[in-house]
Amino acid sequence: MKRLNALFLWSLIVALSAPTLVHAEENENEGQSLPRVANANWKTECASCHTLYHPGLLPERSWRKLMSGLDKHFGENASLDPPSQQEITDFLVKHSAGAGSNYAKSVPASTTPLRMTETAWFKRQHREVRADVWKRPKVGSPSNCMACHKGAEQGDFSEHAVAIPR
Amino acid sequence: MQGKMAMRNATLFIALGMTLNVYAATPQEILNSYIPQAKQENPAFKEFSPSRGEQFYHAKRIHSSGKQMSCAACHTDNPKNAGSHAKTHKEILPLAPAINKERFTDSAKVEKWFKRNCQDVLERSCTAQEKGDFIAYLLSVK
Repeated sequence: MKRLNALFLWSLIVALSAPTLVHAEENENEGQSLPRVANANWKTECASCHTLYHPGLLPERSWRKLMSGLDKHFGENASLDPPSQQEITDFLVKHSAGAGSNYAKSVPASTTPLRMTETAWFKRQHREVRADVWKRPKVGSPSNCMACHKGAEQGDFSEHAVAIPR
Repeated sequence: MQGKMAMRNATLFIALGMTLNVYAATPQEILNSYIPQAKQENPAFKEFSPSRGEQFYHAKRIHSSGKQMSCAACHTDNPKNAGSHAKTHKEILPLAPAINKERFTDSAKVEKWFKRNCQDVLERSCTAQEKGDFIAYLLSVK
């Protein structure tokens, strides 16, 4: 009985601490889902203060720039210890918007945007959203992905899953 | 068979140890860990003061950006309440260990947030005395 309990506990621990569950389902269609990615440190550190933004929402050069300026992160100090900073940078770069994706192609090579809401791709995808919708209390700002895309943190931006709050 | 079992038990033991490691310290232990540094900063250091920590928590300061800042601005006037991030509105869980058992149990996490928030509110690092007073205050909130 004891052994069974230990076995059960062990499987529970394995299940809870499974570090990466990667479904590499690339989908280049606009508005479709990004691949599911996971990294425990990324999730903890990047979602303490805001939405957990998917690495595929910015090109590699943007993540590198953003991660090297965490002491002045949109006006706030979000500095990390060097090992965490390195690990998260590597993770973001690995899963960043690939050069061939429609999204990355919409970002001119001469620019390094730090806000995904400023990219041409983002603006085109949201051209039908009226200014007053962004200001609704449950939305607040364009950076609040989860207000309308419930699965944003898992990379699900599919159009049929969009629900705009009243 | 016996060997396999022993191996499994050993792995389980290690895994449990790693899980428990998250709560390696008590808030009191973390508070006490600031004493040597406080003595180093000020040889006349005596103790940490909850009432000084309370003043510190509520003290309003004008940031060089013109914004009024304080700990309470985001953590609310009562540290037993959940707060929210000024810009993103993301929830900030209560600071008082009486309500939130996870607070002040991980020294690296405590230092990470002091480093960030002292810069954001005070535009400098906090002293060990300030950190200790702050934790002493939060521990006094029942």
